[in-house]
Amino acid sequence: MTKLLIMLLVALPGFNASAQTQEEKGLTIALEVDRRDSGWGDFQAQMGMLLRNRHGEESLRQMRVKSLETADDGDKSLIVFDEPKDVKGTALLTFSHKVKDDDQWLYLPALKRVKRIASRNKSGPFMGSEFAFEDLASQEVEKYTYQYIRDDELDGKPVFINERYPASKYSGYTRQLVWVDQKEYIPLKVEYYDRKNALLKTLIFKSYRQYLDRYWRADEMFMENHQTGKSTLLTWKDYRFGTGLKDSDFTRNSLKRMR
Amino acid sequence: MHALLPVLLLSLAAGNALAWRLAGNMAMESRVFFQQPLDASQYGADYSVSMEPEFSHQWDDDRQSLVFRPFARLDRHDDERSHWDIRELQWVYAGDGWEARLGVGRIYWGVTEAVHLVDIINQTDLVENIDGEQKLGQPMVKLSLEEDWGTLDFFLLPGFRERTFPGEEGRLRSHSRVEQDLVEYESSAGQRHVDYALRWSHYIGEWDMGLAWFQGTGRDPLFRPGFTRKGELVLAPFYEQTSQASVDLQATLGEWLWKLEAIYRNGLEEDYYAFTGGFEYTRIGILDTAADLGVIAELVMDERGDQAATAFNHDVFLGLRWTANDAQSLTVLAGAVVDWENGSTLLNLEASRRFGQAYLFSVQLRSWLHIDPEDLQYIFRQDDYLQVELARYF
Repeated sequence: MTKLLIMLLVALPGFNASAQTQEEKGLTIALEVDRRDSGWGDFQAQMGMLLRNRHGEESLRQMRVKSLETADDGDKSLIVFDEPKDVKGTALLTFSHKVKDDDQWLYLPALKRVKRIASRNKSGPFMGSEFAFEDLASQEVEKYTYQYIRDDELDGKPVFINERYPASKYSGYTRQLVWVDQKEYIPLKVEYYDRKNALLKTLIFKSYRQYLDRYWRADEMFMENHQTGKSTLLTWKDYRFGTGLKDSDFTRNSLKRMR
Repeated sequence: MHALLPVLLLSLAAGNALAWRLAGNMAMESRVFFQQPLDASQYGADYSVSMEPEFSHQWDDDRQSLVFRPFARLDRHDDERSHWDIRELQWVYAGDGWEARLGVGRIYWGVTEAVHLVDIINQTDLVENIDGEQKLGQPMVKLSLEEDWGTLDFFLLPGFRERTFPGEEGRLRSHSRVEQDLVEYESSAGQRHVDYALRWSHYIGEWDMGLAWFQGTGRDPLFRPGFTRKGELVLAPFYEQTSQASVDLQATLGEWLWKLEAIYRNGLEEDYYAFTGGFEYTRIGILDTAADLGVIAELVMDERGDQAATAFNHDVFLGLRWTANDAQSLTVLAGAVVDWENGSTLLNLEASRRFGQAYLFSVQLRSWLHIDPEDLQYIFRQDDYLQVELARYF
């Protein structure tokens, strides 16, 4: 928090913008994005994924998501699968962290087994989709370093184009370009560059909706893989904030209770 | 269990039917054996169908739930493999930081892949699969407390379940076969002996750990020769009273998982320890694809050595796990368990893939090589087989 205040004082436009480096401005934007999306407490929602390959064949995933904001660390989340049917009841518990790798447990209902899994939250695909675990993980400021590129326009809206570099060695990317809405400080588009620095994927956020008069959430996130021709349309439904979730709803025991 | 059935029927009858969730699967399975059986009465190819629906209902802001999961298999040849079971019939109450479970359920303990040493609450449903991962429902009262210093589970286990064994026509059995009607117990209470167990589990950073204690009727039977009324020589299972202390540990370090399970067990004739442990190393995105490749290596040691009641007494498991991470979730696990003293080798291949949104196709291939007559797997020397299954989930 102190760090945030100092950064804002140093970096707010009009104070001494001229002295600000591209890196400082990039970090300032990321901190403001984070600040405006803080304090939501908890939410529950339904998430759908429509996977499409280059031949147009489709496959559907349905899951329920619970998430709890944690003050000094990354968020806690619990995902339970409803579709495909053979993984129904499979649940994933994630304790995300600001710097170190996230802790993750997978519950396999057929064996009633809870497995601690390796740092898959990085480059591995999530459920065969074009979203990697790291794309869906809690987007903590500390997970990247930043560089502001330029101001631009996207669909008529003024945006900052901000470049960010993953801190984790397990990340599948060298860099990402993020189009940030200048008014609301929300991401509108992300380009992902692979380890060879070639354009891999583009993510477009659509149909933003405001909750609790403050927090913006996109109804749709469309990820397109330029190298394979595959795409995934992620849809969010039935967002509910302030549902009273507690730490005890995010334990290894609670995983086994998910239906 | 008898107390829960009326509750279940009442709530079904009370018009809650719409709030019940349905899950589970039905499946067709075929097994083909490549060699002549040791006994002419045993089948060469087998077919079976199985069903395992799950009905669950949650209420009281999801604090309470009721789950009913029956299972049944109908087998073309093996009368003992045609069987049914209540895998789960359980009422669950989740408090803030505690949880109670009452009824029939399944508990899994442990971390390793090849051999599951510490997992003792449920009896093995051996006719389902010789890998020991299919279990019979166990009646239990379970109380869990979640504290800052870990989770404490208390178990009261009334009602013992006997291990299932293949019938006369079945493959993958001993010669002589096991006759369950001749079962004997060390305890005069027999099947009604009440067992108990206690487990503490926790995680600290990269470390997940568990300590457990079990006291009661051992799940692994000993065998004594006996005769049926027709005068057939068979093996009679004998269940002794046992106590088991166990530890399981996993370190999750980047791409490496380090695992250990160890038990100290006290039985009628001897005390012994056994342990299994090793690593799983996974490379993500191999050869610029979305696929992962994992290498698994685990050792199994049993203090009793050649006298152990398990074939896995001084063995090493080496395996490769390939996960395509595609839309159909194709995975392949190929491995071998080798006894480093007598050279007996079990080759194992498992693969599965989804079709559409609800069908899962899976294949298992098992083959035994250089099986030493002293090795307990000697009974499987003519039982190399391929199993294919198509399951419809709902």
